[in-house]
Amino acid sequence: MKFHNGDEKPVKRARTQVISKRLDGVFMELQNIASFIGRFFREVFMPPYEFKEIIRQCFEIGVKSLPLISLTGFIIGIVFMNQSRPSLAEFGATSWLPSLVSIAIVRALAPLVTALIGAGRIGSMIGAELGSMKVTEQIEAMEVSATNPFKFLVVSRILATTFMIPALMMYTTLLALLGAFLNVNANEGTTFTTYFTQVFDAIVFLDIFSSVTKSALFGFTIGVVGCYKGYHSSKGTEGVGKAANSSVVTAMFLVFIEELLSLQVITALRYL
Amino acid sequence: MKETKPVIDRSNCVINIRGLEKSFGDLDVLRGVDLDLYKGENLVVLGKSGTGKSVLIKIISGLLKPDTGTVNVLGQEVPKLKGRELDQLRLKIGFSFQNSALYDSMTIRKNLEFPLVRNRRDMTRAEVDRMVEIVLDAVGLSQTINQMPSELSGGQRKRIGIARTLILQPEIMLYDEPTAGLDPITCIDINNLINEVQARFNTSSIIITHDLTCAKTVGDRVVMLLDGKFRRQGTFEEVFNTDDERVKLFHDYNFID
Repeated sequence: MKFHNGDEKPVKRARTQVISKRLDGVFMELQNIASFIGRFFREVFMPPYEFKEIIRQCFEIGVKSLPLISLTGFIIGIVFMNQSRPSLAEFGATSWLPSLVSIAIVRALAPLVTALIGAGRIGSMIGAELGSMKVTEQIEAMEVSATNPFKFLVVSRILATTFMIPALMMYTTLLALLGAFLNVNANEGTTFTTYFTQVFDAIVFLDIFSSVTKSALFGFTIGVVGCYKGYHSSKGTEGVGKAANSSVVTAMFLVFIEELLSLQVITALRYL
Repeated sequence: MKETKPVIDRSNCVINIRGLEKSFGDLDVLRGVDLDLYKGENLVVLGKSGTGKSVLIKIISGLLKPDTGTVNVLGQEVPKLKGRELDQLRLKIGFSFQNSALYDSMTIRKNLEFPLVRNRRDMTRAEVDRMVEIVLDAVGLSQTINQMPSELSGGQRKRIGIARTLILQPEIMLYDEPTAGLDPITCIDINNLINEVQARFNTSSIIITHDLTCAKTVGDRVVMLLDGKFRRQGTFEEVFNTDDERVKLFHDYNFID
């Protein structure tokens, strides 16, 4: 768009204002998230402790995710083993399959897949649940009945996701390794003992430690994003849908970023 | 449940508000509200949608902070209260929300127990159960105890919402649009319930509404909120005995001759 005298300055100024407004919005959002996380750390150590609610959330988040996690983990093991075989077979190295699968699953696949499933199932659940509670004034109702809704709803859910994603990750690892064993046993005739000896020989303590640590970080992220989006959802049913959707997208995006960053850190630690 | 109306104690002011102002961005919602609520009184706040009626009771319960003005509830300055002090005051205030705000994931029993088990930790299981029975009986819905909120009608949900506030035996009740979205017969039931609550539990109440039938039935005193200020106050008849076109229009829309 040009003005009649050909002066492009007002257009540029308008564009700059739009960009600056958007940037303001982004920084405001970041500030709000930072203060949300800060409030979590302040409230998590202050009594009263919501043990019952934390356990209930662990059940909702952990136990109820088991069917989906079981199926996914098992299939990943089979598929990964199947897809890796031709490449190793070319070099006559199919005996390395258990080691390869073990490293891939323990170091990367199990934490990432569990976190992505968690972001989808748990993130959307938390975002929608808190969003609908916000819209229907249930959060305010809690507040006027002298209950701290942040502690009861947010702290308990973030703790539950932080605890349960690593637990689910270990379960996924186990099932994926089991799926891979069934495949390698059917094709190469590898025994259970030989397979798991190779599996455990291939990994070191750092692999397990880093997987558990980054899974806890993924869990924390999923919890924070789901709670933040739900707790601050705008009024109306549209807001609830947006909160659920945005929880999933943001959590998945952050999980990938964290995976990339943690990879750099762990690689650096590995060669220390 | 038929009880006689309590005598209004004009010497005992449970809520005292002076010069209350509240705005959201450029929108001035309350522009210098003064209000007194006396012990045992049912005060109806009338006004069109969006005039700040709900904002007023949210400020009284500490859910919102005023921009200026004093809000004294049961001798305490609400905007200055924080944490435990505010919680202690909130235990004496019952807030019935427009959409009932029942916890969807809990049964009616759990909904009613929730404020009690969290704030009266010294109570035994039997005492909690007894209180739940009493308030459910007070709203006439004992049979719903094991149902989920989604299984109830709008009127039943309102009643359960009121029961949940009653369980803490509040001194003050705040009703946000208690008859909104209900059929006329259920409205009459809710109006009667508000009067019964006042008589049985000796509460002082603020009822926010734009339903004139409700205002006429439950209000000992009626105030009209216009342009962020109380323009008229008195009995129902006194408020509407005026030449102010806006007030007359409000009346005529509700009561079509």
